[in-house]
Amino acid sequence: MAQENKNGLEVIPRDSAKIKKIWMTALILLVVTAVEFLLAFTMERGMFLYIIFIVLTIVKAKYIMMEFMHLGDEVKPLFYSIIVPLIFLVWLIIALFREGADIFLMRW
Amino acid sequence: MSSTAIEIQSKRGVWGGGNEPLKASYGKLMMWFFLLSDIFTFTAFLITYGAIRVSYPAYGGEVADFVSSNEYWPIPEMIFDAIPFVHGGHFPLVFVGLMTFILILSSVTMVLAVEAGHRNDKKDVVKWMLWTLLGGITFLSCQAWEWSHFIHGTDEGSMLTYVNSMGNVVSETVYGANLLVNEYGPAPFAQLFFFITGFHGFHVTIGVFLLFLAFYQAAVGVYEERGHYEMIEKIGLYWHFVDLVWVFVFTFFYLI
Repeated sequence: MAQENKNGLEVIPRDSAKIKKIWMTALILLVVTAVEFLLAFTMERGMFLYIIFIVLTIVKAKYIMMEFMHLGDEVKPLFYSIIVPLIFLVWLIIALFREGADIFLMRW
Repeated sequence: MSSTAIEIQSKRGVWGGGNEPLKASYGKLMMWFFLLSDIFTFTAFLITYGAIRVSYPAYGGEVADFVSSNEYWPIPEMIFDAIPFVHGGHFPLVFVGLMTFILILSSVTMVLAVEAGHRNDKKDVVKWMLWTLLGGITFLSCQAWEWSHFIHGTDEGSMLTYVNSMGNVVSETVYGANLLVNEYGPAPFAQLFFFITGFHGFHVTIGVFLLFLAFYQAAVGVYEERGHYEMIEKIGLYWHFVDLVWVFVFTFFYLI
């Protein structure tokens, strides 16, 4: 089945298990989005719903980064040099939300 | 076997630059670090959205009774409720949900193109790149409609009291949105909408250019000549990132 083109690059036949896994990931992403969409109209708005949304979003982000961007297949030092710096965002979230809440108190 | 790729056998030692600790090519590594910096940019925008939002009062009543006002922050599902070809209908988040689906699917076709690139399968790469390109252009078109609708506004508009560009306090019916005033909520609501979805749309636009470049080069055989399809992989990383950002924009701008 393996054919060669004029430059001698060998074309490797499709691995259906790999392709099936890609479509499975796609299905998970689409189902999670559909669930978010449903929850937006069936549950009461509030902190509990927001936390569910954020958790589901992080689940989707994990699938995109690990399965689509293959970050999980990279060596550990590369993986951590991308993931660990994100810890700075925790500070930014705390600092800016504190700031926003204080502006609210001053304004109203 | 490849006849064009030249394998350089390094004779240098570990401390002479001879080892490759991250086991990734220069281009891929730099793409990852660029994306890391872009993650910071986008999260800074989204956290700013959150910070400005909590600095305004929240709407207190029932969702069904929601009326737009610049006194409190709007409920997004009551604002983004239009779809093309149906005038004045109420279809909350349907259109933006569709856009999310389109972008996720174009991400899927992209990963299939990357997978085909690993197998040096030019035909499959070209096919999946074309689908991805189509998805990207469709998403951009949807966003253009979304912006146009947001700027022009609804038939009813909103009766608002605000400070106009001349510095006077005026009370009038406002239609649509600009950077000064909008019928949906406080001025920063529209400003953040334009800024965040605009910056994302700008990324998608660049992505579409890159996708076209990769599609063209794959089709004319540049990568075949080169002996590998790594460019598809690098542009793929960028395209998945665009999808990743949209997932967060969808949650924080439209759902919450």
